[in-house]
Amino acid sequence: MTAGLIEVRDVGKTFGSVIALREVSTVVNAGQVTCVLGDNGAGKSTLIKILAGAHQHDTGEFLVDGAPVRFNSPRDALERGIATVYQDLAVVPLMSVWRNFFLGSEPKVGWGPFTMVDRRKAKELTRASLAELGIDLRDVEQPVGTLSGGERQCVAIARAVHFGARVLILDEPTAALGVKQAGVVLRYVAQARDRGLGVVLITHNPHHAYPVGDRFLLLKRGRSLGCFDKADITLAELTRQMAGGAELEALEHELRAVGAVDGG
Amino acid sequence: MTRQTAVPDAAAAPAPGPASAGDERLARTRLLNQLVVRPELGSVLGAVLVFVLFSVVTDRFLTPSGVATWLDDSATLGIMAVAVSLLMIGGEFDLSAGVMTASTSLVTAIFATQLGWNTWAALAASLVFALLVGFLNGWLVMRTGLPSFIITLASFLMLQGLNLGVTRLMTGTVQVSGMRSAAGYASSGFVFASTMDIGGTTIQVSILWWLLVTAVASWVLMRTPFGNWIFAVGGSSASARAVGVPVTRTKILLFMTTATAAWLVGSINILRFTTAQANQGIGLELQFIVAAVVGGCLLTGGFGSAVGAAVGALIFGMARQGIVFARWESDWFQLFLGAMLLAAVLVNNAFRRRAERVRR
Repeated sequence: MTAGLIEVRDVGKTFGSVIALREVSTVVNAGQVTCVLGDNGAGKSTLIKILAGAHQHDTGEFLVDGAPVRFNSPRDALERGIATVYQDLAVVPLMSVWRNFFLGSEPKVGWGPFTMVDRRKAKELTRASLAELGIDLRDVEQPVGTLSGGERQCVAIARAVHFGARVLILDEPTAALGVKQAGVVLRYVAQARDRGLGVVLITHNPHHAYPVGDRFLLLKRGRSLGCFDKADITLAELTRQMAGGAELEALEHELRAVGAVDGG
Repeated sequence: MTRQTAVPDAAAAPAPGPASAGDERLARTRLLNQLVVRPELGSVLGAVLVFVLFSVVTDRFLTPSGVATWLDDSATLGIMAVAVSLLMIGGEFDLSAGVMTASTSLVTAIFATQLGWNTWAALAASLVFALLVGFLNGWLVMRTGLPSFIITLASFLMLQGLNLGVTRLMTGTVQVSGMRSAAGYASSGFVFASTMDIGGTTIQVSILWWLLVTAVASWVLMRTPFGNWIFAVGGSSASARAVGVPVTRTKILLFMTTATAAWLVGSINILRFTTAQANQGIGLELQFIVAAVVGGCLLTGGFGSAVGAAVGALIFGMARQGIVFARWESDWFQLFLGAMLLAAVLVNNAFRRRAERVRR
């Protein structure tokens, strides 16, 4: 097996006396989806912030292309091709799709004080990049706010891909979406994967993770419950682990007992 | 909004009705979306309405001298409204903009008449003063994170006090006069306050400045990367920062632009009237904001148009002079203004809700 695009080995992070993450290992390969699953407070955010360059790890190793790295800022991560699409997406709802797409990296024509945005090129590139991911927008002039939540996720994904991302970190892309919309986003996740990107998908929904995932990292209270290949775990087992396994069974018993008292 | 069938209808209505019902809904969306991208539409309709009204009810409104009168009235207001609209699109207010038109006049007049500077040098000093005030406004807003409303309210009050206090100290009165005898008055007056004779009608050069400012502002806003950043910092400064837009620099530059526009208007006024009153300009800041809002700017930022603000100012000028021509009580102007503002805000608000609506 070749070295993954990014790999973490026994990585850990503490904030003062709080251990946010402890001895977590996983790998992200090109053309594969690594899912990070866990309940609230499991350490998902801490892990992706390390990968995205927003935090630095305290222990363990973080390797990009097989070489250890330590990012000082999200910009460092971006320069190595690691792009993060956060839940709030970093889009401006009132601006058109193409203006959002190239915001901060506008293609330019003209010289000196007469430098202009190359609007035609920007619109064409936006349309083309979205089309490559299979997103067909009638009008790249329409405000991003008029798109559905899923479409906005896709615009953000397409932007990351266009600007040269090799690894795409998606923070809860399906969390705020309805069933259909979540399906649309997952399809684009799969498309990004098929284009050879390594994808890190953070979610707390095993039903969203299982269909697209190749590898599943389960986190609980800052610790790894294990990193499983798809062949080694079933959806049922994944769901059971996610839900807290034994804890859920205990809760079930408890509820049944309450029900029995009420019924009797 | 046609999507390929490979993509499931992203905005599926809760009750999947017959296909024709869905098409109707999409057609309406499309029309609304087109309106959304044209913020100046409402103001243009309003301007046509006001124009037709006064053309019908008064004789003077359509005469060349009548047109020159209401264009002149709109011009200085329009220069400021355009600059203020850029700032509002960038998500900030400047309540000191009105009093700044007086402050810059006074600085120029004091340097030229009391200290004996050449008018051009006095104008340069006044410009430096304006840029400094604009920078301070912007820097304080960005540094403290407080609403620009409060910061510029404070600078508005301070400038108002300075205008009166310094003028009284320097001249013993509350006005500075005597610009006409200052060195360089003729050439600077030609640039800022001359008139042209077109077909027997006297046209103020301020109208040309107004057109120039509107054209440049609109070009910057719609065509340059900086214009893209103005929309972004007003629409969502956190998102703009996340993709690498220099938010602080953009906003400070916008405050400096407003101050520079105030300097231009102040220069036009002092060279035209040759006398500056220390209590001028108070209350104008609200007129600038009204004109910008009538022109399609949202009070919440991120949306608007420079051309719209210029048209908003035009409505102002036409109504103010039209009411004079029609010999109506000038009290009606305020009523008209209020109604215009209310209508504009209602329309803008509907647009914004449309554009910002979060669809799942």
